[in-house]
Amino acid sequence: MVRPSIEELQEKAKVVRRHIIHMLAKAGSGHPGGSLSATDLIVALYYGKLRHNPKNPKWPDRDRFVLSKGHGCPAWYAVLAEQGYFPVSELDTLRQFGSRLQGHPDMKRTPGVEMSSGSLGQGLSVGLGMALAARIDKKDYRVYVMLGDGETEEGQVWEAAMAAGHYKVDNLCAILDNNGLQIDGPINDVMSPLPIPDKWRAFQWHAIEINGHNMKEILEAYDRAETLKGKPTIIIAKTIKGKGVSFMEGHVDWHGKAPNKEEAEKALAELA
Amino acid sequence: MSVQTTALKMVATREAYGQALLELGEKCKDIVVLDADLAKSTTTIKFGKKFPDRFFDMGIAEANMMNTAAGLATCGKVPFVSTFSIFATGRAWEQIRNTISYSGLNVKIVATHGGVAVGADGCSHQCIEDFALMRAIPTMTVIEPCDAVESKKAVIAAYHRPGPVYIRLGRSPVPVITEEKDPFEIGKAVYLREGKDVSIVACGAMVVLALKAAESLSSQGIEATVIDMHTLKPIDKEALREAARRTGAIVTAEQHVLEGGLGSAVALVLAQEHPVPLEVVGIDNRFGQSGDPETLFKEYHLTPEDIFQAALRAFNRK
Ligand SMILES: Cc1ncc(C[n+]2csc(CCOP(=O)(O)OP(=O)(O)O)c2C)c(N)n1
Ligand SMILES: [Mg+2]
Repeated sequence: MVRPSIEELQEKAKVVRRHIIHMLAKAGSGHPGGSLSATDLIVALYYGKLRHNPKNPKWPDRDRFVLSKGHGCPAWYAVLAEQGYFPVSELDTLRQFGSRLQGHPDMKRTPGVEMSSGSLGQGLSVGLGMALAARIDKKDYRVYVMLGDGETEEGQVWEAAMAAGHYKVDNLCAILDNNGLQIDGPINDVMSPLPIPDKWRAFQWHAIEINGHNMKEILEAYDRAETLKGKPTIIIAKTIKGKGVSFMEGHVDWHGKAPNKEEAEKALAELA
Repeated sequence: MSVQTTALKMVATREAYGQALLELGEKCKDIVVLDADLAKSTTTIKFGKKFPDRFFDMGIAEANMMNTAAGLATCGKVPFVSTFSIFATGRAWEQIRNTISYSGLNVKIVATHGGVAVGADGCSHQCIEDFALMRAIPTMTVIEPCDAVESKKAVIAAYHRPGPVYIRLGRSPVPVITEEKDPFEIGKAVYLREGKDVSIVACGAMVVLALKAAESLSSQGIEATVIDMHTLKPIDKEALREAARRTGAIVTAEQHVLEGGLGSAVALVLAQEHPVPLEVVGIDNRFGQSGDPETLFKEYHLTPEDIFQAALRAFNRK
């Protein structure tokens, strides 16, 4: 894979953010905050790291990506469409009856979607299973799982963290979208998962801390994670919920509310 | 076909599971087995010892185990996931529903310690709600074999059936009433006895008790058909219609609460397709408790005598 330049990635991320706004405005519902915070991480992964083939989504040796925080799927759908897994025009059907683009990821309907999600707390366990399968089959594919920071309040995440540490699955890489917010407020107020890196290290993980909106840092972290052996790695990416749309940034209200026509136009102007 | 009910060999259905896995594991390299710190009890340890590379003890963390199995299944493995039925179907229900079944993943949940026959461990370990929990999930297959021989066949059949399958097995030894040569097909009821007056439809450890009840009925001049309904879902509707048509009265027997189990499944079919008098034997709105299986079967009205009485009631309502 020829890795695009940082500028190209940034431009792609802008395109994806515009899609997100369009899709949510059209659908009239959905989750902008966590889609926008995750955008740069997902764009960098698909354009700069993941070994995959949009023409052959089930290629057995592909790297896997699981979006455990399934409500962020508009960002994922937009990247998959841009990558050619399905037509970009289909993004308009998000959340509609009969659409392949369900409100939350559905592996049986959507090409490129590796695992259904939406019920938080389950994806890391799935990723662990995929990583163990690679070990059994002596394959070198890697498995990436994106988690929300609020999501890590789910006990199952820590069951998975413990098991992955125990089995030393160094082909597993978690990506934490650390935007600091969940639905009811800031994570520290609702149910603090702090200190985040110490917790993961205590569960026998490597932890890398980065700025999740800096393409260079993101790519370096993906590369470095691949070289870290003997333990799984978590990339703790500091992000801003609603990133790219000034009136959404850092606002808990924009977790699960679609922009109306006017708001969408304002957002798109900022993302031009 | 007539089946003996005395002097039978006693084997727990879970023992057959361990054996079946060993044999399957040899031929089928895609099988992986996961357990949650109960590998000795569920007997998956046998597989674990023989195929350590394909066995994962996931610790006391059932939700994580279910989804790890889901991940393995997406990569072409056929995971057999085992723990006690209450933890498999209770603790990890939503993982089974949302991550395994909704995605149609090829995961086999083989849970042991179903029913009150668990005995001394008491209520917390006696799962009497699993049929309801698993039947409620669209596309799930739900099986409770009646003895060790049938259990082995069920495990093998589950391997060959694509998609999620739930098999409930028991802790305590039960009489072996079927034979190696008897056919077994998921969704196809087995006739163990033919009679014209009433039909008893049972699953699991209740099947042999149904046969005993049928013998008592026979001594009173009432001839019962006994059906081993090992597959609760998809249930053999044809067999039920046929039984209703031929005998005009039906009794169900299960080690499960009355809501949502075999009785409910049978009622659903009969009420819509061939209404006849129906009596249900099962646990009536109570939790289990400690005790030896025999005492508990008496306490919860799960004895041959209870089935006998239910059959008389059904017969007299004709
Ligand atoms: C098991 C479960 N409980 C609750 C929800 C409802 N829910 C959807 S998103 C969300 C907050 C998630 O916060 P976080 O993980 O931080 O995601 P992000 O900030 O990236 O959107 C909640 C509680 C859910 N989807 N699943
Ligand atoms: Mg968050």
